[in-house]
Amino acid sequence: MVEFNLPKNSRIREGKSWPAPEGATNTKNFRIYRWNPDDGNTPQVDTYTIDMDDCGPMVLDALIKIKNEIDQTVTFRRSCREGICGSCAMNIGGENTLACTKYIDDASGDVKIYPLPHMSVVKDLVPDLNNAYAQLSSVEPWMKTETPAPPDTERLQTQEDRAKLDGLYECILCFSCATSCPSYWWNGDRYLGPAVLLQAYRWIVDSRDEHTGERLDALEDPFRLYRCHTIMNCSKTCPKGLNPAQAIANIKKLLVERQL
Amino acid sequence: MDLRAPLGRVRGLGSAKSGTHHFWVQRVTAIALIPLSLWFIYAVLSLVGADHATVSSWLQSPINAVLMILLLLATFHHLQLGLQVVIEDYIHGEGTKIASLMILKGGSLVLAVAGTFAVLKVAFGG
Repeated sequence: MVEFNLPKNSRIREGKSWPAPEGATNTKNFRIYRWNPDDGNTPQVDTYTIDMDDCGPMVLDALIKIKNEIDQTVTFRRSCREGICGSCAMNIGGENTLACTKYIDDASGDVKIYPLPHMSVVKDLVPDLNNAYAQLSSVEPWMKTETPAPPDTERLQTQEDRAKLDGLYECILCFSCATSCPSYWWNGDRYLGPAVLLQAYRWIVDSRDEHTGERLDALEDPFRLYRCHTIMNCSKTCPKGLNPAQAIANIKKLLVERQL
Repeated sequence: MDLRAPLGRVRGLGSAKSGTHHFWVQRVTAIALIPLSLWFIYAVLSLVGADHATVSSWLQSPINAVLMILLLLATFHHLQLGLQVVIEDYIHGEGTKIASLMILKGGSLVLAVAGTFAVLKVAFGG
């Protein structure tokens, strides 16, 4: 059965507190999930009080400030700090999003930062994404054709066909959507999840790709595709404003269309 | 202990190449149940306070009997399709899952057949 309670070794306890620097008047508390596989302890939530007059506006600014100035052991992924690499996806204030594009001011009280939900944790805010990446590989997210490319030009596509990729190609694979999906929580080993299905649809709908049928064959499965019950958490949480639920619905439509 | 690469694990046994029929029929039965349910509610309300003979003769009308049987079949078919999804979502042990599915599908079939038989029995003056 599905486990609704956290296993014993995942129960979270109160951790350390790091007070604000002296003289700080404009402060904010950051409550950050901490877990280290090496110390044998259960996870804890540490509280860091930051002087907001000396910190950038984004949650990632605060995380970098904490790591640089207060506690070097805080572990998280980040790279581009401008919402295009997808590395710093985490659960902030109960919502999966990118730390680099999330304003600290959006949180009314303390800023609560946890790793992406229901994934194995590598350390602190770093989730294990190996399964998700393998699922992405499994849909072969690249153009597959039999027709050789024209020798003197690229493969052509009408502007209308190109427009079908809008809202799909922008996905940065941060997996905020997949890890917000209850179906992915319960059946993430078999259900591909919204991020991967949106990528699959991006190639299904590409007019230059010639393996549409095989791609649909590979998805036509009660678990890989049909675990989607249009809960719509994916579209609600997407930090890029994309609509994975719509992409999944379009895949289902195509599967019906080829039978009728 | 599983030393397989993540991609091997994800590809697993491959696609079942099914699920679309389930998805489509669940929607078709849902749509069919809208007029059937409205008809049923209207029929029950119009029979409030009626005696046994009136209700029996109402169900002996071919239109009412056919609609009633369609309602029973659509309801139990839709019910087992929907509950199948719930079982697949939440029950992960293979044995428990298969047993639950068989009880669900068998139970729905028994109820649908029993209901249909009851309607026919009344309709043919039983």
